[in-house]
Amino acid sequence: MSLKLEELTVGQEIGTRSIEVTRQDLVKYAGASGDFNPIHWNESFATGVELPGVIAHGMFTMGSAVQLVSDWAGDPAAVVDYQTRFTKPVLVADTTGTSEPGAVIEVSGVVGALDADSRTARIDLTVTFGGQKVLMKSQAVVKLA
Amino acid sequence: MTSHPVNPNLLGRSYPAAEVYDVGREKIREFARAVKATHPAHFDVEAAKALGHSDLVAPPTFAIIVAQRADAQLIEDPDSGIDFSRVVHADQRFTHHRAIVAGDQLRAELHVDGVRAMGGGAMITTRSEIFAVSEDNQRERVATTTSSILVRGEGQ
Repeated sequence: MSLKLEELTVGQEIGTRSIEVTRQDLVKYAGASGDFNPIHWNESFATGVELPGVIAHGMFTMGSAVQLVSDWAGDPAAVVDYQTRFTKPVLVADTTGTSEPGAVIEVSGVVGALDADSRTARIDLTVTFGGQKVLMKSQAVVKLA
Repeated sequence: MTSHPVNPNLLGRSYPAAEVYDVGREKIREFARAVKATHPAHFDVEAAKALGHSDLVAPPTFAIIVAQRADAQLIEDPDSGIDFSRVVHADQRFTHHRAIVAGDQLRAELHVDGVRAMGGGAMITTRSEIFAVSEDNQRERVATTTSSILVRGEGQ
Protein backbone atom coordinates (compact mmCIF):
# COMPACT_ATOMS: atom_id res chain seq x y z
CA MET A 1 0.00 0.00 0.00
CA SER A 2 1.21 3.48 -0.69
CA LEU A 3 -0.40 6.77 0.20
CA LYS A 4 -0.94 9.37 -2.50
CA LEU A 5 -0.48 13.05 -1.76
CA GLU A 6 -3.52 13.98 -3.85
CA GLU A 7 -5.76 11.83 -1.67
CA LEU A 8 -4.80 13.55 1.58
CA THR A 9 -6.04 16.78 3.13
CA VAL A 10 -4.58 18.95 5.85
CA GLY A 11 -6.40 18.34 9.12
CA GLN A 12 -7.26 14.75 8.22
CA GLU A 13 -7.01 12.38 11.18
CA ILE A 14 -4.77 9.34 10.82
CA GLY A 15 -5.96 7.53 13.93
CA THR A 16 -5.40 7.10 17.64
CA ARG A 17 -3.63 4.63 19.89
CA SER A 18 -3.34 3.85 23.61
CA ILE A 19 0.02 2.59 24.80
CA GLU A 20 0.09 0.75 28.12
CA VAL A 21 3.42 0.97 29.94
CA THR A 22 4.77 -1.06 32.83
CA ARG A 23 8.05 -0.92 34.76
CA GLN A 24 8.99 -4.10 32.89
CA ASP A 25 8.51 -2.28 29.57
CA LEU A 26 11.05 0.32 30.75
CA VAL A 27 13.54 -2.41 31.64
CA LYS A 28 13.00 -3.93 28.19
CA TYR A 29 13.52 -0.53 26.54
CA ALA A 30 16.66 0.06 28.61
CA GLY A 31 18.09 -3.26 27.42
CA ALA A 32 17.08 -2.78 23.79
CA SER A 33 18.36 0.79 23.57
CA GLY A 34 21.37 0.63 25.89
CA ASP A 35 20.07 3.57 27.99
CA PHE A 36 20.47 2.28 31.54
CA ASN A 37 19.99 5.56 33.39
CA PRO A 38 18.54 4.32 36.76
CA ILE A 39 15.91 7.10 36.81
CA HIS A 40 14.01 4.77 34.44
CA TRP A 41 14.00 1.70 36.69
CA ASN A 42 14.97 2.53 40.28
CA GLU A 43 12.52 4.41 42.51
CA SER A 44 14.94 5.50 45.25
CA PHE A 45 17.49 6.66 42.70
CA ALA A 46 14.83 8.65 40.83
CA THR A 47 13.49 10.37 43.96
CA GLY A 48 17.08 10.93 45.11
CA VAL A 49 17.66 13.15 42.08
CA GLU A 50 14.47 15.12 42.78
CA LEU A 51 12.18 13.34 40.33
CA PRO A 52 8.66 12.39 41.44
CA GLY A 53 9.39 8.69 40.77
CA VAL A 54 10.46 6.32 37.99
CA ILE A 55 9.84 7.96 34.62
CA ALA A 56 9.71 6.50 31.13
CA HIS A 57 12.61 7.16 28.79
CA GLY A 58 11.63 10.09 26.58
CA MET A 59 12.83 7.89 23.73
CA PHE A 60 10.41 5.13 24.76
CA THR A 61 7.52 7.58 24.42
CA MET A 62 8.85 9.03 21.17
CA GLY A 63 9.61 5.57 19.75
CA SER A 64 6.25 4.04 20.64
CA ALA A 65 4.19 7.07 19.56
CA VAL A 66 5.50 6.93 15.98
CA GLN A 67 4.13 3.42 15.43
CA LEU A 68 0.79 5.01 14.58
CA VAL A 69 2.55 6.78 11.70
CA SER A 70 4.56 3.71 10.56
CA ASP A 71 1.39 1.65 10.34
CA TRP A 72 -0.58 4.39 8.60
CA ALA A 73 2.23 4.93 6.08
CA GLY A 74 2.39 1.19 5.33
CA ASP A 75 6.21 1.21 5.41
CA PRO A 76 8.25 2.34 8.45
CA ALA A 77 10.97 3.54 6.06
CA ALA A 78 8.54 6.17 4.72
CA VAL A 79 9.11 8.14 7.95
CA VAL A 80 12.01 10.27 6.68
CA ASP A 81 12.09 12.80 9.52
CA TYR A 82 10.78 12.69 13.07
CA GLN A 83 11.25 15.20 15.85
CA THR A 84 9.88 16.07 19.25
CA ARG A 85 10.41 18.06 22.42
CA PHE A 86 10.03 16.31 25.75
CA THR A 87 8.00 18.58 27.99
CA LYS A 88 6.64 16.45 30.84
CA PRO A 89 7.78 13.12 32.23
CA VAL A 90 5.61 10.00 32.03
CA LEU A 91 5.51 8.72 35.60
CA VAL A 92 5.22 4.93 35.59
CA ALA A 93 3.72 3.40 38.74
CA ASP A 94 5.02 0.11 40.08
CA THR A 95 2.28 -2.41 39.22
CA THR A 96 4.61 -5.41 39.22
CA GLY A 97 2.71 -8.63 39.91
CA THR A 98 -0.64 -7.25 38.73
CA SER A 99 -2.12 -7.02 35.24
CA GLU A 100 -2.51 -3.24 35.55
CA PRO A 101 -0.43 -0.85 33.45
CA GLY A 102 1.79 1.61 35.31
CA ALA A 103 0.87 4.39 32.87
CA VAL A 104 -1.17 4.82 29.70
CA ILE A 105 0.06 7.10 26.91
CA GLU A 106 -2.54 8.37 24.44
CA VAL A 107 -1.49 9.14 20.86
CA SER A 108 -3.39 10.77 18.02
CA GLY A 109 -2.23 12.13 14.70
CA VAL A 110 -3.43 14.53 12.01
CA VAL A 111 -2.04 15.61 8.66
CA GLY A 112 -0.42 18.93 9.57
CA ALA A 113 0.99 19.93 6.18
CA LEU A 114 1.45 18.61 2.64
CA ASP A 115 4.43 19.43 0.45
CA ALA A 116 3.84 18.80 -3.25
CA ASP A 117 7.49 19.50 -4.19
CA SER A 118 9.04 16.92 -1.90
CA ARG A 119 5.89 14.73 -2.00
CA THR A 120 5.73 14.47 1.76
CA ALA A 121 3.09 14.81 4.46
CA ARG A 122 3.85 16.18 7.92
CA ILE A 123 1.98 14.29 10.59
CA ASP A 124 1.45 16.18 13.84
CA LEU A 125 1.18 13.89 16.84
CA THR A 126 -0.59 14.70 20.09
CA VAL A 127 0.85 12.57 22.87
CA THR A 128 -0.64 12.81 26.36
CA PHE A 129 -0.36 11.14 29.74
CA GLY A 130 -2.93 11.83 32.47
CA GLY A 131 -4.54 14.45 30.22
CA GLN A 132 -1.33 16.47 29.83
CA LYS A 133 0.85 16.74 26.76
CA VAL A 134 4.17 14.98 27.29
CA LEU A 135 5.58 15.68 23.83
CA MET A 136 5.46 19.02 22.02
CA LYS A 137 6.08 19.77 18.36
CA SER A 138 6.00 16.04 17.72
CA GLN A 139 6.15 15.86 13.94
CA ALA A 140 6.83 13.00 11.55
CA VAL A 141 7.46 13.61 7.86
CA VAL A 142 6.22 10.80 5.61
CA LYS A 143 7.36 10.24 2.04
CA LEU A 144 4.38 9.66 -0.25
CA ALA A 145 3.92 8.06 -3.65
CA MET B 1 25.66 15.13 45.53
CA THR B 2 27.09 18.48 44.52
CA SER B 3 26.61 19.67 40.97
CA HIS B 4 29.62 20.79 39.07
CA PRO B 5 29.48 23.17 36.15
CA VAL B 6 29.36 22.01 32.55
CA ASN B 7 32.48 23.00 30.62
CA PRO B 8 31.49 26.05 28.51
CA ASN B 9 34.24 25.29 26.00
CA LEU B 10 32.49 22.17 24.66
CA LEU B 11 30.87 24.17 21.85
CA GLY B 12 32.26 23.23 18.45
CA ARG B 13 33.96 20.13 19.75
CA SER B 14 33.64 16.93 17.71
CA TYR B 15 34.33 13.32 18.44
CA PRO B 16 35.43 11.15 15.53
CA ALA B 17 33.48 8.05 14.55
CA ALA B 18 34.24 5.33 17.05
CA GLU B 19 33.63 1.62 16.64
CA VAL B 20 31.37 0.14 13.98
CA TYR B 21 27.80 -0.72 14.99
CA ASP B 22 26.63 -3.90 13.20
CA VAL B 23 22.87 -3.81 12.69
CA GLY B 24 21.54 -7.32 13.30
CA ARG B 25 18.11 -8.77 12.59
CA GLU B 26 17.52 -9.84 16.18
CA LYS B 27 18.46 -6.37 17.44
CA ILE B 28 15.93 -4.81 15.07
CA ARG B 29 13.28 -7.26 16.32
CA GLU B 30 14.22 -6.63 19.97
CA PHE B 31 14.13 -2.85 19.57
CA ALA B 32 10.86 -3.02 17.64
CA ARG B 33 9.25 -5.06 20.45
CA ALA B 34 10.63 -2.62 23.04
CA VAL B 35 8.85 0.31 21.36
CA LYS B 36 5.74 -1.85 20.82
CA ALA B 37 6.07 -1.79 17.03
CA THR B 38 4.17 -4.45 15.15
CA HIS B 39 4.86 -3.63 11.50
CA PRO B 40 5.93 -6.86 9.70
CA ALA B 41 8.87 -5.09 7.99
CA HIS B 42 10.66 -5.12 11.38
CA PHE B 43 10.18 -8.86 11.92
CA ASP B 44 9.72 -10.73 8.64
CA VAL B 45 12.45 -10.56 5.97
CA GLU B 46 9.99 -11.47 3.20
CA ALA B 47 7.63 -8.67 4.27
CA ALA B 48 10.53 -6.19 4.21
CA LYS B 49 11.61 -7.40 0.75
CA ALA B 50 8.06 -7.07 -0.54
CA LEU B 51 8.35 -3.35 0.28
CA GLY B 52 11.60 -3.14 -1.69
CA HIS B 53 14.08 -3.31 1.20
CA SER B 54 17.14 -5.56 1.19
CA ASP B 55 16.48 -6.84 4.72
CA LEU B 56 14.56 -6.06 7.95
CA VAL B 57 13.88 -2.34 8.36
CA ALA B 58 14.75 -0.63 11.65
CA PRO B 59 12.03 1.42 13.42
CA PRO B 60 12.23 5.23 12.90
CA THR B 61 14.00 5.84 16.24
CA PHE B 62 16.44 2.89 16.08
CA ALA B 63 19.33 5.27 15.28
CA ILE B 64 19.16 6.46 18.90
CA ILE B 65 21.26 3.41 19.83
CA VAL B 66 24.10 4.59 17.62
CA ALA B 67 23.58 8.27 18.51
CA GLN B 68 23.61 7.66 22.27
CA ARG B 69 26.82 5.61 21.95
CA ALA B 70 28.32 8.63 20.25
CA ASP B 71 26.89 10.94 22.96
CA ALA B 72 28.49 8.72 25.62
CA GLN B 73 31.90 9.85 24.39
CA LEU B 74 30.96 13.38 25.44
CA ILE B 75 29.08 12.50 28.64
CA GLU B 76 31.88 10.22 29.84
CA ASP B 77 34.59 12.70 28.89
CA PRO B 78 35.83 13.85 32.33
CA ASP B 79 36.53 17.23 30.82
CA SER B 80 32.83 17.79 29.90
CA GLY B 81 31.63 18.26 33.50
CA ILE B 82 28.35 16.45 32.72
CA ASP B 83 26.73 14.55 35.62
CA PHE B 84 24.77 11.76 33.85
CA SER B 85 22.38 11.32 36.79
CA ARG B 86 21.20 14.92 36.31
CA VAL B 87 20.70 14.64 32.54
CA VAL B 88 17.17 15.07 31.16
CA HIS B 89 16.42 14.60 27.47
CA ALA B 90 14.95 17.87 26.13
CA ASP B 91 14.47 17.27 22.42
CA GLN B 92 15.33 14.83 19.67
CA ARG B 93 15.21 14.72 15.90
CA PHE B 94 15.96 12.03 13.32
CA THR B 95 16.49 12.81 9.65
CA HIS B 96 16.80 9.66 7.58
CA HIS B 97 18.73 9.93 4.33
CA ARG B 98 17.87 6.29 3.78
CA ALA B 99 16.34 3.52 5.89
CA ILE B 100 18.55 1.55 8.28
CA VAL B 101 18.39 -2.15 7.41
CA ALA B 102 19.84 -5.33 8.92
CA GLY B 103 23.36 -5.89 7.69
CA ASP B 104 24.31 -2.21 7.83
CA GLN B 105 27.63 -1.31 9.39
CA LEU B 106 27.20 2.11 10.95
CA ARG B 107 29.54 4.70 12.37
CA ALA B 108 28.62 8.03 13.99
CA GLU B 109 30.56 11.26 14.15
CA LEU B 110 29.50 13.51 17.03
CA HIS B 111 29.41 17.31 16.96
CA VAL B 112 28.60 19.67 19.84
CA ASP B 113 26.41 22.34 18.20
CA GLY B 114 25.18 24.24 21.24
CA VAL B 115 25.96 24.90 24.89
CA ARG B 116 23.99 27.44 26.90
CA ALA B 117 23.59 28.09 30.58
CA MET B 118 20.10 27.41 32.02
CA GLY B 119 19.84 28.54 35.62
CA GLY B 120 22.47 26.53 37.45
CA GLY B 121 22.52 23.93 34.69
CA ALA B 122 23.18 23.82 30.97
CA MET B 123 21.46 22.83 27.72
CA ILE B 124 23.75 20.94 25.35
CA THR B 125 22.84 20.22 21.72
CA THR B 126 24.66 17.47 19.86
CA ARG B 127 24.42 16.16 16.31
CA SER B 128 25.42 12.70 15.15
CA GLU B 129 26.18 12.15 11.49
CA ILE B 130 25.56 8.46 10.97
CA PHE B 131 26.92 6.76 7.89
CA ALA B 132 27.26 3.22 6.60
CA VAL B 133 30.68 1.87 5.73
CA SER B 134 31.05 -0.63 2.93
CA GLU B 135 33.78 -3.27 2.62
CA ASP B 136 35.81 -1.01 0.35
CA ASN B 137 35.55 1.73 3.03
CA GLN B 138 33.08 3.91 1.15
CA ARG B 139 30.84 6.11 3.31
CA GLU B 140 27.11 6.43 2.64
CA ARG B 141 25.07 8.96 4.64
CA VAL B 142 22.28 7.19 6.49
CA ALA B 143 20.89 9.50 9.18
CA THR B 144 21.46 12.76 11.01
CA THR B 145 20.26 12.87 14.61
CA THR B 146 20.06 15.98 16.76
CA SER B 147 19.57 15.87 20.49
CA SER B 148 19.41 18.41 23.31
CA ILE B 149 20.02 17.40 26.88
CA LEU B 150 19.44 19.50 29.96
CA VAL B 151 21.99 18.97 32.69
CA ARG B 152 20.02 20.06 35.75
CA GLY B 153 21.72 22.31 38.25
CA GLU B 154 20.96 22.12 41.97
CA GLY B 155 17.27 22.54 42.75
CA GLN B 156 16.27 22.12 39.08
